[in-house]
Amino acid sequence: MQVSMKLEIRDTPGQLVAALMPISDAGGNIKTVIHEHDFSSDKGSLGVEVVIEIPPERLDALLKLFQERGITVIRFGEERMHYQQSVILIGHLIHTNLGDTVDRIDSTGFAEVTRMSLAMPAIHERSSAKCTIKALSREHMDQAIEILRDVSKQKDILMIEPLEF
Amino acid sequence: MTIRIALIGTGAVGRGILEAMTRKDLGIVLTGVADSRSGLIQPDGISPFDLLTRKRETGLCGDVSITADDVVRTAPYDVLVEVSPTDAATGEPATSYIRTALSRGCHVVTSNKGPVALHYHELRQEADKAGVSFRFEATVAGAIPILHTLLESLGGNEVQALYGVLNGTCNYILTRMAEEGLSYKQALDEARALGYAEADPTYDVKGIDAAIKLVILANTVLNQRITLEDIDITGIDLLTEEAIRLAEEQDATIRLIGEIIPGKNLYRLSPRIIPRHHPLVVHGSLNAIILRTDLAGDLVFSGKGAGSLETASAVLGDILSIRDRYAGGN
Repeated sequence: MQVSMKLEIRDTPGQLVAALMPISDAGGNIKTVIHEHDFSSDKGSLGVEVVIEIPPERLDALLKLFQERGITVIRFGEERMHYQQSVILIGHLIHTNLGDTVDRIDSTGFAEVTRMSLAMPAIHERSSAKCTIKALSREHMDQAIEILRDVSKQKDILMIEPLEF
Repeated sequence: MTIRIALIGTGAVGRGILEAMTRKDLGIVLTGVADSRSGLIQPDGISPFDLLTRKRETGLCGDVSITADDVVRTAPYDVLVEVSPTDAATGEPATSYIRTALSRGCHVVTSNKGPVALHYHELRQEADKAGVSFRFEATVAGAIPILHTLLESLGGNEVQALYGVLNGTCNYILTRMAEEGLSYKQALDEARALGYAEADPTYDVKGIDAAIKLVILANTVLNQRITLEDIDITGIDLLTEEAIRLAEEQDATIRLIGEIIPGKNLYRLSPRIIPRHHPLVVHGSLNAIILRTDLAGDLVFSGKGAGSLETASAVLGDILSIRDRYAGGN
C-alpha cells in the first residue's frame, strides 16, 4: 500500500537520515521525500513529507519504530489513488446528467473524479469541464478513461484526453 | 546529368516547382505540362519562366486542344510529376495518370494524397513490376522529409509510436484561440481571410486531411494496410474557447494530434491536452512529428506543412533522388 505521512524532525544535522531509516528497517520503500523549509515551529524542528510503499502488516511496526526513536508523525494517510489525469469534456454536460457521468467513474471503486472546473458560457450553449481523475494504478486509469470515452459517446460529449508522451 | 519531367497541375505546388526551376539550374528539363484546361508538349524543353508568365497572363499553360491525358500518354518524359488537386474520395484523375505513366515504364512523383491513400499497395506493385520509382514525399507534412527519413535513414528501426501535428489549418486555428483568446469561429474566419483555410474548411477542421496523412504514413512506411475507416477521427470543429482556458490552468494547451501505435493497432486523430512546452506544440501553420523508435530513440521534426515552395521542395527532392539513382533516367 502507498502511504503519505508528515514527520516532524529536529533541525540538527543527521536528523533526516535518522527519520528515514526506520522506513527501510520496517521493510518500506521510500517513493518521495519533500523537505518543508517553510515549516515553522518554536521547538526548532522541521517538517518532512514522505510517500512510502509498505506492506500493510508492517505499518504498525513502522509507527512503533518512529515512536521509539522520538520522531513525531504529524499527519498520516493512506494514499490509495496516486495516478492522476485530467480530461476536458465539452457538450451539454448538465442536461446529460453530470452527476451520472461522474458516478460512472466513482462507482468503479478503482477510480474517482476528484476535481472539476466547469465553464458555462450561456444557457443552451455547450459547457466545458475539466475533470481530474485519480486511480489506483495505470491500468485502472486506462479503464476509467475507457468508461468515460463510452459515456461521452452515449451522451454526445466531446472528450479531450491528455497526450502521454 | 538531366532528367525529363512532365508536370500535371499548375496550382500552388506546380507553380512552386516552376519557380524553383527558374531560380536555379536543377538539371530538370520540362517536356510536358498540363492544367485542367490545356496542355503543352515540347520534347526539347519548355521554359519554366515563359510558362509561368503565360499562365499568369492567360490562365492557361498551353493549348486547349491538348489534355492532361494526352501529355501523360504521349509526352517524352522520365518522371511524371503529378501535382493536381487531391480528390480524397476517388483519387481520380490522378490515379489513372499515375497508372499510365508506370505502364509506360516512367517514374512517378506526386504530391496528391488521393492515389497514395487509396491505392498505395497496387501502385507500388505496378511500379515494382515496371522497375521504376514511385515517390510521394510531399503528401505528408509538406517540407518535412518524413517519409524518406523513415524509409531510408531509419531503415533498421522499428517505429513504436508516431505522433504528429499534420494539418496546418487546424494548428493555426488552435494557436490563435490559445494565444489571442479568439473563439473557434473567429479563428476560422481569420484563417480563411489569410488563405490558410478553404472556403469549405470541412476537410481540414473535421480532421479528414490529417487522417489521410496517417493512412499514408501507416501504409507506406509502417507496413500496415489500413483505410480511412480504420482511423478514429475527431476534428476541432466542436472545440470551445473555454476548453482551451481550462487546459491553460494546468500549463497545457490543446492541439490536434495524429497518433499511430503499430503494436496496438491504434490509429487515432483527436484534439489532445498537451503541455505548453511539448515539442509538438508548434505555432501557426507549422507541422511537427515525433517518432519513438527502438534503436534511434525519440526523434522530433518540425517545419512548414504547406506552401508553394515548401511543398515543391519535397517534390524536387523526390525527382532529384530518382535522377541520381537511375543516372539520367530510363
